[in-house]
Amino acid sequence: MVRVAHIHMSGCTGCLISLADTYEKLLDILGAVELVYALTLSDEKTEITETNDKILIERKIPENIDIALVEGSVCLDDHHSLDDILTTRKNSKIVVALGACAASGGVTRFARGGQMSQPSHSAFVPIGDVIKVDLALPGCPPSTESIVNLIMAALNGDMEYLEPFAEIAKYGKDACGCDVIKGVIDMSLCMGCGTCASACQVKAIDMIDGKPNIMTEFCIKCGVCGAQCPRIRFPKVVQKIE
Amino acid sequence: MDPFGTYNKAISARATDKAILKKSQDGGIISASYIYGLESGLLDGVIVANTEKGFKAVPKIVTTPEEVLNAAGTKYTISPNVSVLKDAVREYALEKVGIVGTPCQVQAIRKLIKYPMGFRHTDSKIALILGIFCMENFPYEGMKAIVEQYAGIRMNDVLKTDIGKGKFWVYSKSGEVKTVALKDTHMYEQKSCHVCMDYTAELADISTGSVGSPDGWSTVFIRTKNGEEYINKMVEAGVLETKQIEEVKPGLELVQKLSLQKKEKNEKELGHRKELGLPIPY
Repeated sequence: MVRVAHIHMSGCTGCLISLADTYEKLLDILGAVELVYALTLSDEKTEITETNDKILIERKIPENIDIALVEGSVCLDDHHSLDDILTTRKNSKIVVALGACAASGGVTRFARGGQMSQPSHSAFVPIGDVIKVDLALPGCPPSTESIVNLIMAALNGDMEYLEPFAEIAKYGKDACGCDVIKGVIDMSLCMGCGTCASACQVKAIDMIDGKPNIMTEFCIKCGVCGAQCPRIRFPKVVQKIE
Repeated sequence: MDPFGTYNKAISARATDKAILKKSQDGGIISASYIYGLESGLLDGVIVANTEKGFKAVPKIVTTPEEVLNAAGTKYTISPNVSVLKDAVREYALEKVGIVGTPCQVQAIRKLIKYPMGFRHTDSKIALILGIFCMENFPYEGMKAIVEQYAGIRMNDVLKTDIGKGKFWVYSKSGEVKTVALKDTHMYEQKSCHVCMDYTAELADISTGSVGSPDGWSTVFIRTKNGEEYINKMVEAGVLETKQIEEVKPGLELVQKLSLQKKEKNEKELGHRKELGLPIPY
């Protein structure tokens, strides 16, 4: 059995909900894998040490994880968070940055501290800034179907399908609506299909005179516009139709 | 070089409904497919490039045959049809969406079906992908310059535009017909069209265009199982009249010639971009 873990960093659990949103398909996936760790869904291995002055509760990320689905970004000001992401990398064969926060920081890019009860928690980075990431799936959240496709491809070893996600893991940490400006319009590649506008999950893109207009103040840096643009990436597998 | 992409069958066809033929660019294949789909329940909504004031093309989600007919005819300017796809399944709650696009738009649709990152519960609602042949497109201001400055017809007075027989044709509502030499239109082309390696919408279920068939008819490539079933139902219902493509003039030979012309020219542009170190879609 393939051992899968869901690791919750500074995320909102929306990525996990998106995975659960597959309904019966989720059961197919769970039939093919062993879910070894997911705080939201199953009992974790917890060690409780009681001393005179405090009770220490330790959750253990298991060893020998095949696929770690990591949701949320890393708070550099929280040592538990850093320990968790380093342990995840050490214990996992494939680390997947699931969703915008893990892949590119997403909405946590805008965090700047100053709030109780931890006003010093101000620095949040995509997990790729701290550990090596194998696959990154953009979206806030990534669509249900894309999570299933990615997991199934990883289970089947379909590296051709996974190639774009490997590339986004390498280069996608700075994702922003600007990707469409810099990588497509400015490169004379935008032909005005409107995919970015439709993909954008906060409607920060309008099509004006056949070209995307990026309203950067609405953009939450999820990376989905650039990832969905057919004029940046057009993988060969897309050309196979039946 | 493969001129047409994968297809099961090519035919020449036209709609049997006179009302469609009166409004349509060529054989009315797109309008007829949409209207048949809406009336038979195979589709519950379709995305069109609507004709708006000033002969503008604006994507629109529509659910009635009247609205389909209102959008009939080619506008040689950009209509970002994919931009309303998610709205069609969200705000309109459509379950069986028909979408039409140029080759690049059809590529975008196939990509978002295969890699639906920002398209939750969308791909399964796409019931029919129609493609139209496309040599290149113009920004709206480019089309306007051709129509107003070169052909001398105001945008509000345009009834129909067409590219054929080496010319850009403009038909006015009052019956005027003006032509512009294609060499005068080249500077207005959308430059990103020059990296496009698809003339006949190779990834659509059904693709159609004027080239290859006589006036008033369309050349149709039936590419997928879905497309084949759909066309068969249309023929059975009597909404399409068809001919073997081999029986019509000029036939596939001309389609092939134009397709290869586009691909060879644009392959050079891709090579040129590579030399300059500029990115190309991959």
